[in-house]
Amino acid sequence: MTDLNTLGLAEARDALRAGSTTSKELTAACLKAIEGAGALNAFVHHTPEIAMEQAAAADARIAEGDAPAMCGLPIGIKDLFCTKGVPSQAGSRILEGFLPEYESTVSGNLLGSGAVMLGKLNMDEFAMGSSNETSVYGNAINPWKVDERQLTPGGSSGGSAAAVAADLCLAATGTDTGGSIRQPAAFTGTVGIKPTYGRCSRWGVVAFASSLDQAGPMTKSVRDAAIMLETMCGYDPKDSTSADLAVPNFEALMTGDIRGKKIGLPKEYRMDGMPAEIDKLWADGADMLRDVGAEIVDISLPHTKYALPAYYVIAPAEASSNLARYDGVRYGHRATLDAGDGITEMYEKTRAEGFGPEVQRRVMIGTYVLSAGFYDAYYNRARRVRTLIKKDFEDVFAAGVDAILTPATPSSAFGLGEMTDVDPVQMYLNDVFTVTVNMAGLPGISVPVGLDSKGLPMGLQLIGRPWEEGDLLSSAYALEKAAGFVAKPTKWW
Amino acid sequence: MSIDTSTAARVAKLARIKVEDDALPALAAEFNNILGFIEQLNEVDVDGVEPMTSVTPQRLKRRVDVVSDGSQQHAVLKNSPDAREGFFAVPKVME
Repeated sequence: MTDLNTLGLAEARDALRAGSTTSKELTAACLKAIEGAGALNAFVHHTPEIAMEQAAAADARIAEGDAPAMCGLPIGIKDLFCTKGVPSQAGSRILEGFLPEYESTVSGNLLGSGAVMLGKLNMDEFAMGSSNETSVYGNAINPWKVDERQLTPGGSSGGSAAAVAADLCLAATGTDTGGSIRQPAAFTGTVGIKPTYGRCSRWGVVAFASSLDQAGPMTKSVRDAAIMLETMCGYDPKDSTSADLAVPNFEALMTGDIRGKKIGLPKEYRMDGMPAEIDKLWADGADMLRDVGAEIVDISLPHTKYALPAYYVIAPAEASSNLARYDGVRYGHRATLDAGDGITEMYEKTRAEGFGPEVQRRVMIGTYVLSAGFYDAYYNRARRVRTLIKKDFEDVFAAGVDAILTPATPSSAFGLGEMTDVDPVQMYLNDVFTVTVNMAGLPGISVPVGLDSKGLPMGLQLIGRPWEEGDLLSSAYALEKAAGFVAKPTKWW
Repeated sequence: MSIDTSTAARVAKLARIKVEDDALPALAAEFNNILGFIEQLNEVDVDGVEPMTSVTPQRLKRRVDVVSDGSQQHAVLKNSPDAREGFFAVPKVME
């Protein structure tokens, strides 16, 4: 029999319902895989006792005939989600020792439906990064390896992506502020969807940029993404931006029949210096969708170029405000003070010690763009540009386009440390294809489509209309079927 | 717009992050690099465009102004680095 940890959510769910395996067996297989995968540094807080208790409870529920879709399925939780009584540090030193007294709504929805938590997953500090190199836990490592180099699994949900790709869990939660689900999914040959802003409650998810942050699943297939997303979503009165809309049965909507659908290719996504392999992948993806009956049309999203600079005003601005709460008073790290130090010194020393360099940089940029005299020139201008970016999408959707196909990332996974000496803006360019989607609040999904000449996975992104994740998943399912991507990393860890 | 070390020091102060004097020139250079990237936004004609306040059109829900949760002093204080007698303890704020 196949190793149980290599199953996807759908297969495992069906096996549980058929009685051919148990949650305890699935969970034990994942825990064993995790134990042997320390080299990937994906799981950073292990909760095997909790997992086995939850598995036993799930088996009891299944035996009683009460088995929601996620019941008994072992998953990993990104460290950004507050999990009651379990360390939740957002990859930061400043939250060292923090044990939440509450459960985030999204992880609560999953656990309430019977999902099993294997532990917490590595990530860039406060989700600020594209390579998982800003984490207090050290780098997460991509299970894909083609030479002596260790590669990044992407970021910020790097631990989630590495864990799913290496079959340490059946699926994982991620969060996406500028591409933090879709870029790591593309780097690891996995599927990641960021739903429409407001689909998933942000309550209990450590905040980075509140108008952009969304949680979503990272999975081994599009079907698994549909299953897990449905459980994660739902209206939550504790998040004022949570959408009070019914959550459809995404799996049922995911037919893969896209005959007559209009798929747009935005010309602005053809960037100078884009590797020929990415360009070819994109063209191949369009052909695949055309072959199964979609109509491929050229479209224009004229303000695309300005999404990334606008993001690097809005996201740091919101971060500087959100991260003001880390002051050494209510939770986490407090610096040791010298005699005579007052409260200002306590704040300054605590935050200098607790935040890593990238977080400090973004908090200070955000402070600057919000400061008196610059607020209009930077922050308000960026918010105006954001209105235009969203309008670009509204215009193409109004013209009848159902979904938009783009590359997910400008390259395949790069080596850890290779970006250390370049300026931060070069690292920010990783999000060039994904950040527009957050700026416009739209759903976007990354689907693995092929391998490059080095043997590394590459993904394409599909962008959908707001609240139409079902339709988007259907297009993604069609692409997944046509691409037939089945490659897995060879185990070296 | 160019940021000098005194502006960098002022921003660090506003952000309540201690930055040593010898680190300020490098910090100012990083700010200039990032702000240089952001300057592109000046190319966009934003006349008459409203700044975005909500990415999905929605009215914030109203609720009755009553206590809906509370009496959790222990839970609230539990993670504090220094909690005493039911309060968060901090260094002296006023002389």
